[in-house]
Amino acid sequence: MINFSLLQLGDALRSKKISSVELTQLYLDRIAALNPELNAYITVNEEMTLAQARAADAQLKQGEGGALTGIPVAQKDIFCAAGWRTTCGSKMLSNFVSPYDAHVIEQFNRAGAVNLGKTNMDEFAMGSSNETSYFGIVKNPWNHKTVPGGSSGGSATAVAARLCAAATGTDTGGSIRQPAALCGISGLKPTYGVVSRYGMIAFASSLDQAGPMAHSAEDLALLLNVMAGFDERDSTSIKCETTDYAQDLSKPLSGLRIGLPKEFFAAGLGADVARAIEASIAEYRKLGATVVDVSLPNSRLSIPVYYVLAPAEASSNLSRFDGVRYGYRAPEYTNLADMYEKSRAQGFGEEVKRRIMIGTYVLSHGYYDAYYLQAQKIRRLIAQDFSDAFKQCDVIMGPTTPTTAFNLGEKGDDPVQMYLSDIYTIAVNLAGLPGMSIPAGLGDSGMPIGLQIIGNYFDEARMLNVAHQYQQVTDWHTRMPQHVKA
Amino acid sequence: MKWEIVIGLEVHAQLSTSSKIFSGASTAFGAEANTQACAVDLALPGVLPVLNRGAVERAIKFGLAVGAHIAPRSVFSRKNYFYPDLPKGYQISQFDLPIIGQGALTICVPETTTEKAYEKLVRLTRAHLEEDAGKSLHEDFRGMTGIDLNRAGTPLLEIVSEPDMRSATEAVIYAKMLHTLVRWIGICDGNMQEGSLRFDANVSVRRPGAELGARREIKNLNSFRFLQQAIEYEAQWQIDTLEAGGKVQQATVLFDSDKCETRAMRSKEDAHDYRYFPDPDLLPVAIDADWIERVRKTLPELPLAKRARYVADLDLSAYDADTLTSSREMADLFEATLSEVPGEAKLCANWLMGDVSASLNREDRDVAHCPISPQQLGGVLKRIVDGTISNFAAKEVFKTLWSEGGDPDVIIEEKGLKQISDVGTLEAMIDKIIADNAAQVAEYRSGKEKVFGFFVGLAMKASKGSANPAQMQEILKRKLSNQK
Repeated sequence: MINFSLLQLGDALRSKKISSVELTQLYLDRIAALNPELNAYITVNEEMTLAQARAADAQLKQGEGGALTGIPVAQKDIFCAAGWRTTCGSKMLSNFVSPYDAHVIEQFNRAGAVNLGKTNMDEFAMGSSNETSYFGIVKNPWNHKTVPGGSSGGSATAVAARLCAAATGTDTGGSIRQPAALCGISGLKPTYGVVSRYGMIAFASSLDQAGPMAHSAEDLALLLNVMAGFDERDSTSIKCETTDYAQDLSKPLSGLRIGLPKEFFAAGLGADVARAIEASIAEYRKLGATVVDVSLPNSRLSIPVYYVLAPAEASSNLSRFDGVRYGYRAPEYTNLADMYEKSRAQGFGEEVKRRIMIGTYVLSHGYYDAYYLQAQKIRRLIAQDFSDAFKQCDVIMGPTTPTTAFNLGEKGDDPVQMYLSDIYTIAVNLAGLPGMSIPAGLGDSGMPIGLQIIGNYFDEARMLNVAHQYQQVTDWHTRMPQHVKA
Repeated sequence: MKWEIVIGLEVHAQLSTSSKIFSGASTAFGAEANTQACAVDLALPGVLPVLNRGAVERAIKFGLAVGAHIAPRSVFSRKNYFYPDLPKGYQISQFDLPIIGQGALTICVPETTTEKAYEKLVRLTRAHLEEDAGKSLHEDFRGMTGIDLNRAGTPLLEIVSEPDMRSATEAVIYAKMLHTLVRWIGICDGNMQEGSLRFDANVSVRRPGAELGARREIKNLNSFRFLQQAIEYEAQWQIDTLEAGGKVQQATVLFDSDKCETRAMRSKEDAHDYRYFPDPDLLPVAIDADWIERVRKTLPELPLAKRARYVADLDLSAYDADTLTSSREMADLFEATLSEVPGEAKLCANWLMGDVSASLNREDRDVAHCPISPQQLGGVLKRIVDGTISNFAAKEVFKTLWSEGGDPDVIIEEKGLKQISDVGTLEAMIDKIIADNAAQVAEYRSGKEKVFGFFVGLAMKASKGSANPAQMQEILKRKLSNQK
């Protein structure tokens, strides 16, 4: 059952083969057994979770409910959920119980899904290895000595280790796609504006986007159907016609034009990753796709641009964590300034403080033009590169990450090396485009490799179709880490 | 040697929307602390701002009223600083792309003992939308500070002038004109006690013709009196400092209304670096010509236009026109009354500025709460015009209307206030007066014509004010001299 697709789980629930309470308990038991080692969850609340499962069962009994009714879904701890402790991976919010639901949580609740718990993440989503969480590192279920990626590392590990049927993530520079790749699962970052950011704790507002993480493209489509939709509480939410993201899954791929950006296959790419990506491209040719070379000349600037813009927005977004109204406040202080300084010095971790410092610097009087404005200009050039590329192709493909999962502690001392692990994903956020990662092989060390698929704006249904067709002829997405099968 | 005072004002007008600029919480004044602060106002993790369309519309109205450029695209920026009553750690404001660009306001400075009345154009630099902060409460919490976030997120329009004013008086007149204007066009309730209009004054002094001197900004003045006092004190302080050989440093100062003096809060060196940048949570505000036109249609005739029309078309004095356009309610009352007695503008003006204003003042009411309707007032004036009642009797009718209400014609009837124009009645009455006051008659006849007033008074009294004055005087004169 832990390898069932969401459709299969839905059928099992509706045909009463299993109740939601039973299914939920099965996952809660797995979490109790495996989470102490993997640390994928920050908060589990059996009582609240089972109450939702019972409500779902009542609905199912009436023959009501939708595709996700009764299905246990793990929520990244960046989404505020009423009554749930919502920490964002930080000491700063270690005592914060949200009084309200994020749009994403509301949507899942409305769909009858069961909130299985809040998954671990890099503090305030700042990190690529899940090592910056105040609640401890998360282990990659494929090899406990390696990182699961970040910042949605808890969700990726939870899905890969079958500690949930599916999970949510957020992606500011690759935080869904990179951990999905490193943990051998499927993850989708939608077009900026498709999923409301209301109630999702902000890191970099102009880049943050929530998306689903699951075992297959088909599951992602069902999850996105629940998550997407206009929300007037988010001014950047986009009004567009409701789409059934599963509608195109089975379309044949003949005639599909795949763009391969030469910049994604240059120096720095691991040989095993390159081989796996080439093999999957070959698979796509067999499915009837053609391949064109494209270029994204400015994508090499995406990391420097990102590390100006994201910290700039973050430095301001994180100002509300001041110890005044909620969250962590230093136990001792002498005056107001001292309270601010101590609360924030003690409440934030190193990486968060580093980014607040960078962001504060680039917005400072006299530096703003040279950094922030300049970065905004290059951001537009990067987006233009993609627009040009999409004149020649329908989707862009390449590796999600340069290498498979690296070792825990390996890049902890070298932020720049850590930042480089997002080199293929960040440009997509800067352009606001949808991107996804699906399992596409195993590397030399037996660790998963992700294929990144980048679509044009609002082309999620086609991307899911492209991913699904690949998953019909390959089985990488069904591979499971050895020792979690128990 | 003479000094010239240079003043520019920043006026914060609280916009009269029922909900906040970026959240749905109520803006009503006076609620219990923190009961009108929703998740967005509290800056809970994950919340987002959504712009209130009503606030934008009010800004557009203002822009149209001062003939300003209305930006087709304006941008909200974050002004970053830490303070406990600023929940997000930044204020959402507008920085380099404000919603309203350059405009102007003509102020009318009245005559004084030393100077003639004059008009002056004050240029507006810009006006932009922003949110208000909450309040820090330092009383009532021993050793601690309380925070009330009810006001956090209240929409403000910050109206910035050029340094075009040259005296505290000009500054106050400008501030009052803005006060009238924002209420006139219905974008701000103008309630000074509740802080609906607040002023920051930038003051500097210089020798006439010289470069602008270093300015000091007096923050957060909440009455016209404080504005006047603060500027006067500050300007004198700067003059004294310079004349004593000192230098004025750019600074932000506070006005202590108890001591009536200004005190430096921070100097230029420790000024904040607000790290403005465009708020990524909000889209640029797009205003098309269509929207502007729709708003324009809702604009009433503006005070200056009305004033000019009253002088030119209704033949009123500048003073009368000024007074009648001091508020929209007053102008509305005037025009509605005038429509009852067309062509009698001066009569209407006299009554509104006389009996009506005096009665309102006596009872501390504003025009909006005048107990007499324009139809009632017009009804009284109509009867003066057609000679039914005397001015004297009209005052009697007015008093009754004020305290009891009713129909003027009924009151005139009931109280028997109709002018007596019947010659026979008047003659009989006057004959009796002459018979009863032989001594005074003799005085008059001996040439003391001053006594005539005495007889008029008696006649008016005898007729309870209803004698037609002209007729009555004519008969009196005739009878007094006939028997000479």
